[in-house]
Amino acid sequence: MNKQLKILINGIIKENPIFVLLLGMCPTLATTSSAINGMSMGLATTFVLISSNAVISLLKNVIPDMVRIPSFIVVIATFVTIIEMLMNAYVPALAESLGIFIPLIVVNCIVLGRAESFASRNSVLSSIFDGVGIGLGFTLALTLLGVSRELLGTGKIFSQTIYPEQYGSLIFVLAPGAFIVLGFLIAIFNKLQHKKA
Amino acid sequence: MAKLESSFRNMFLSLSLICLTVALLLAQVNKMTATPIAEAKAMKLQNAIREVVPAFDNDPVAEAFRMADGSGDSLLVYPAKKGDELVGFALNSYSNNGFSGKIEIMVGFDMEHHIINYAVLQHAETPGLGSRMTEWFRDATKPGQSIIGRDLSQGALAVTRDGGNVDAITASTITSRAFLEAVNRAYAVYSGSREDALSGATVATEKETEGMTKKGGEHNE
Repeated sequence: MNKQLKILINGIIKENPIFVLLLGMCPTLATTSSAINGMSMGLATTFVLISSNAVISLLKNVIPDMVRIPSFIVVIATFVTIIEMLMNAYVPALAESLGIFIPLIVVNCIVLGRAESFASRNSVLSSIFDGVGIGLGFTLALTLLGVSRELLGTGKIFSQTIYPEQYGSLIFVLAPGAFIVLGFLIAIFNKLQHKKA
Repeated sequence: MAKLESSFRNMFLSLSLICLTVALLLAQVNKMTATPIAEAKAMKLQNAIREVVPAFDNDPVAEAFRMADGSGDSLLVYPAKKGDELVGFALNSYSNNGFSGKIEIMVGFDMEHHIINYAVLQHAETPGLGSRMTEWFRDATKPGQSIIGRDLSQGALAVTRDGGNVDAITASTITSRAFLEAVNRAYAVYSGSREDALSGATVATEKETEGMTKKGGEHNE
């Protein structure tokens, strides 16, 4: 069990997909214009990560090496399609606010990356923990990014007003703001990491 | 169990099996969710109509008709009636010039050319920027940007940058232009439907009104 816990922490801190591995930058920069969008995207990705990690780890011995990438993509795309259909059916409002980014989870390189580098080499249980860890790390990073951008840009956090909107700086909601905030967050994260080490 | 060798047979079998399983699974989920998705969509349409026209007691969805917009396409028009009297029209309009693709809206007009309200049905605009059109154009505290109550017989709507008098969404002029284009398209169809309905109402009984509306629609095309 200790080993599983280590895998979990590893995903959140030591190999945080955003702050350390710098993977999946496209959805990271695009969906974090508000805290709620960032968090929902992170959670949807987490679900896909856990499911695809589990299934791929289960199938790792029946998938020949030369066709592993297409097989992984088919498995990942299946889970993304399932979650998209379920969201459309039962939480249409949320599906609407995330829009195009849900189908785009298929091409999120974190999901394929974990399938390739972790799930295809480890046991099912470890792979599930890796999915949870990496997913939570991703969600945490996206939420932080979303909170910072929403606060600096519009003066709100999760749509709760903190200070009047006119003092916000629009650039943080726009694309350049995503890069600036991400840069600062990575710097802070590294600083904290080094202090600990 | 040892890993399968990458022989042609193994690759063919494993890929086919995976795809087959996945296809069956997806078909099953699709079947399960088809009804709730259709229901959610119908519900959304109903709510959108209710939101954009005055109180009505007919079934606008059942009485909906298509009408040409004068530029080669046609829009769905939902007439709202209280008793036998028309109180407004809800129009399902669109624009293909959004910042990221198609914007679909529902706009409601009363019988005097005024916009009552609107609802955005579908869009893929940037969250936090263009997506703010869902609220931006109906903020009653900011008359410069609100289009509610505007009389479109005075001329089409345009953003201030294009010489109009509607304040565009900050940093989303393209979205704003597309949105207003959709509203203007709805108005073009609305004025056609309104004329048909009014001329029909004065000279004809209910049944003939429908005929006139249809005829008018064909005439416009």
